[in-house]
Amino acid sequence: MDKTINQKAWFLVLPVFLVVAFSAVLPLMTVVNYSMQDTFGNNQFFWNGVGWFKELLDPSTDLGGRFLASLGRNLFFSLVILAIEVPLGIVVALSMPREGWTVAACLVILALPLLIPWNVVGTIWQIFGRPDIGLLGYVLNAAGIDYNYVSNDIDAWVTVIVMDVWHWTSLVALLCYAGLKSIPEAYYQAAQIDGASRWAVFKAIQLPKMNRVLLIAVLLRFMDSFMIYTEPFVVTGGGPGNSTTFVSIELVKIALGQFDLGKAAALSLVYNLIILIVCWIFYTVMTNAGVERKVQAESEPAAEPKPAAALKPVPALKPKEGVA
Amino acid sequence: MHSIPGRRLIMGLFLIFLLLPIYWLVNMSFKTNSEIVSTMTLWPHTPTLQHYKRIFTDESWYSGYINSLQYVILNTVISISVALPAAYAFSRYRFLGDKHLFFWLLSNRMAPAAVYALPFFNLYSAIGLFDTPWAVALAHCIFNVPLAVWILEGFVSGVPREIDETAFLDGYSFPRFFIKILVPLIASGIGVAAFFCFMFSWVELLLARTLTSVHAKPIAAIMTRTVSASGMDWGLLAAAGVLTIIPGALVIWFVRNYIASGFALGRV
Repeated sequence: MDKTINQKAWFLVLPVFLVVAFSAVLPLMTVVNYSMQDTFGNNQFFWNGVGWFKELLDPSTDLGGRFLASLGRNLFFSLVILAIEVPLGIVVALSMPREGWTVAACLVILALPLLIPWNVVGTIWQIFGRPDIGLLGYVLNAAGIDYNYVSNDIDAWVTVIVMDVWHWTSLVALLCYAGLKSIPEAYYQAAQIDGASRWAVFKAIQLPKMNRVLLIAVLLRFMDSFMIYTEPFVVTGGGPGNSTTFVSIELVKIALGQFDLGKAAALSLVYNLIILIVCWIFYTVMTNAGVERKVQAESEPAAEPKPAAALKPVPALKPKEGVA
Repeated sequence: MHSIPGRRLIMGLFLIFLLLPIYWLVNMSFKTNSEIVSTMTLWPHTPTLQHYKRIFTDESWYSGYINSLQYVILNTVISISVALPAAYAFSRYRFLGDKHLFFWLLSNRMAPAAVYALPFFNLYSAIGLFDTPWAVALAHCIFNVPLAVWILEGFVSGVPREIDETAFLDGYSFPRFFIKILVPLIASGIGVAAFFCFMFSWVELLLARTLTSVHAKPIAAIMTRTVSASGMDWGLLAAAGVLTIIPGALVIWFVRNYIASGFALGRV
């Protein structure tokens, strides 16, 4: 469908623009302001220029060391959970029952972890994993595995990763399931006639059709795991030591714990910039995929041509009716 | 042909994996604290409702649920009402900076809450909204409004353009067309978008905790603070956790067929 050019559409977008600008641009300006200054309390501020940024990117300073270490941990965490959740989500989506009441039941159970407040997710895994009162911790220890996420780094990491897999794999699975459902039955019949193997069907039909939703899944999972805060904070508190301190946890520690406004603001800006860049890459890939798809659809002979749809005068949005 | 060998087993194991921790939480909420600490029991041997009773009778507990619901509902109403016209504009028109604006919205959905915690605290203290449901509701708009715009844009694009044109030819003014024709047509989409706004506002803790202190404190924050103050009252904590799952579990049933398309931002 061709869109018409109409600048008055801005009036329709204006409310969204104002609301989001109020909660995004204004606070960001405060952050930029703080990032250039130092404070010793009492609302006294001193100009510090780009000092914080220099310190932030220099691993030999305290601030830089902490930031880069937490950034490394966070990237590693994001990669690990993507490597687990995406394949697992696809497998679960492929395992969905075909019809009947079980479909609805599976969907509801799958979606359940997504609707639990994030700190309760933490609480659930805390209660589940503790060696003294938790089923998981108790069973593992009874089986002879010395498991204690409070004192052992590796156990803490495993707990946080398993928790994230528990929490978010359903999202990937639900997205893939939606993609799979959009595949017409005729494709499978054609594959059957050709005698295609199960793997060939997956590779030639199902995976390409899931491309788009998988991209969204990867984007959402990367972003949300990159800014994860509440769940690990509740379970491990960033510990033992600093072993599960991710960027957001470090940031909140500096900003609200030590009230080191300048450092926190500089960290925020760099953090935001990384997110913005990754977001932009995904957005470009996504829109390009959309364009390709459109071109493909248009070049198919079956698509009926719609001439001059854009040239038709559209009476929408007359000047005085634009915004009531 | 559609599914893989052993799918029942895989699905069953995965569902058990999902349900087991939740079962443990429910199980614990019905146990007495002495049973929790002293023995390992797979089901409550001396079932008790004492934790639930405490939550429903102690105002400092149940007011948390009311506070949470207040800002969640406020946020959902604000998000949907500003997002609807914008979704229509993005779906139907091309205008100066539309793509940039769309990307800007996307980037705000992805912005880490931790970055905004402190500036929000300053901002809402300055304008006197700190510790009110409004502060949290407005703060949550930063990720919910973009989300609502995307979901609704997908649904509006599903409405054939001819319907708009016919309505305008029939002499409908724009606002009347919007309310009388478009909104009923995308009612299910509005439902899905509202569900997602509800959900993301309901599960968020960091901003909600930072922007409230006494009067508007959400249940999630009450849970974390009580634990640190009075030692570990595991049973009470578990009961409060179970009660936060219930609203989500209830609404999920109504949107079960749309969950996936909503997560795909209306683009499956």
